[in-house]
Amino acid sequence: MKTGFHTIKMFGILAEKTGQHVLTVPLMADTDQLTAWLFERYPQLEGIKFTLAVNKQLIHNNTPLDEGVEVALLPPYSGG
Amino acid sequence: MGRFERQIILPELGREGQQKLQSARVLVVGAGGLGCPALLYLAAAGVGSIGIADGDRVAISNLNRQVLFGLNDVGNPKASVAKHYINERYPDIQVEAYDRYFLAKDLVEILPGYDLLIDASDNFATRYMLNDAAALFEKPLVYGAVYKYEGQVALFCAGEGSANYRDLYPLMPEPGEVPGCAEAGVIGVLSGIIGTMQAAEAVKWITGIGKTLVNKVLFYNLAEQSFYDIGLTSSDEAQKRRPATTEAFLKTDYAFECVSGIDIGWNAAMLMAEQKPSVFIDIRELYEMPRWTNTECLEIPFSQLIQKKNSVFDSKSIFLFCQHGIRSQPAAVELRKVLKRDNVYSVTGGVKHPDSPVK
Repeated sequence: MKTGFHTIKMFGILAEKTGQHVLTVPLMADTDQLTAWLFERYPQLEGIKFTLAVNKQLIHNNTPLDEGVEVALLPPYSGG
Repeated sequence: MGRFERQIILPELGREGQQKLQSARVLVVGAGGLGCPALLYLAAAGVGSIGIADGDRVAISNLNRQVLFGLNDVGNPKASVAKHYINERYPDIQVEAYDRYFLAKDLVEILPGYDLLIDASDNFATRYMLNDAAALFEKPLVYGAVYKYEGQVALFCAGEGSANYRDLYPLMPEPGEVPGCAEAGVIGVLSGIIGTMQAAEAVKWITGIGKTLVNKVLFYNLAEQSFYDIGLTSSDEAQKRRPATTEAFLKTDYAFECVSGIDIGWNAAMLMAEQKPSVFIDIRELYEMPRWTNTECLEIPFSQLIQKKNSVFDSKSIFLFCQHGIRSQPAAVELRKVLKRDNVYSVTGGVKHPDSPVK
């Protein structure tokens, strides 16, 4: 069993829906596991579009997560 | 004392940088919350040639953030008002106003004549269209967007290997998936900050000073006063998602579906009607003048319209209009319920609106 945690940063509507800009979550194997965990914990996030960055680098596919990495959840903004 | 003395004395900028600004041609799409502050600083910095595209007119609810406009401008076309503002202060700057919502064909015609594009729009359809045009014509694109207290800024398509908006979000969100300013609200000073940052990126790119936001997206939070930047790389997926040729670009359906509200202006409605199957319906009584002599327009007083239901209109977008937009609004609400679909709109201001084609 892995121990440790990840820091999750949330932006825009995601922060609004969860009421949190920053979350500390238990260690996850990868980003798919993390998003599944988030949807379970915050069902209000279901259906909201966002992309993910791991340690401030955008990812396009499921990515393994090491202890201490920071994951950012990035929704699109349209306003002008 | 020269007009640009304070920036010319910056060793990184100098006379050469000022000359570059003077020769630069910048196209700003959207003269709203982002476009106004961006235009103010581009003009003040001495950008020699500026294009401004916006099909909208000044509304009173714009004034909390659209700082080029005042109470006297309400009802006037934004691009022309912005041009006038700049011309009055700096008559040596060449300003072109395009008082219409740009379509792909406008960009094909107009973008090649500019050096840099600023996305100061307020909807995803336009953002994806501008991004794809910038990638196609290899023009640097300064992107900016806001949501309530937060904003994003980036420099896309700035040369070989430079990421673009589709590297961040490959596909357009579905209509209504993400709220815009009208639904979500926005604090005026945030648009000022993000629009000014867009002007800063443009000036940096033109003069070559500093490090631009190439292959990066900067997230800004006004409430927390914090920044967060994300690294981007150009991806094959993004490449595949965007049209690779001018022909493909012109055929792409940017489908202006982001009109999520029930009210729509004449210009936006006409634009949407060009993009997808649509029908305009004049719901006034037949004796009400003037009439619209347009084959795309049906004349069905509302009492009869409700009874026709689905049979006549398939899945076409429906634009209801009346004399002043007073009757068409509740009519659109009612028709949405009857037809059980959302692509039914009320044209704001009706035939008496200044933008109305019915004369």
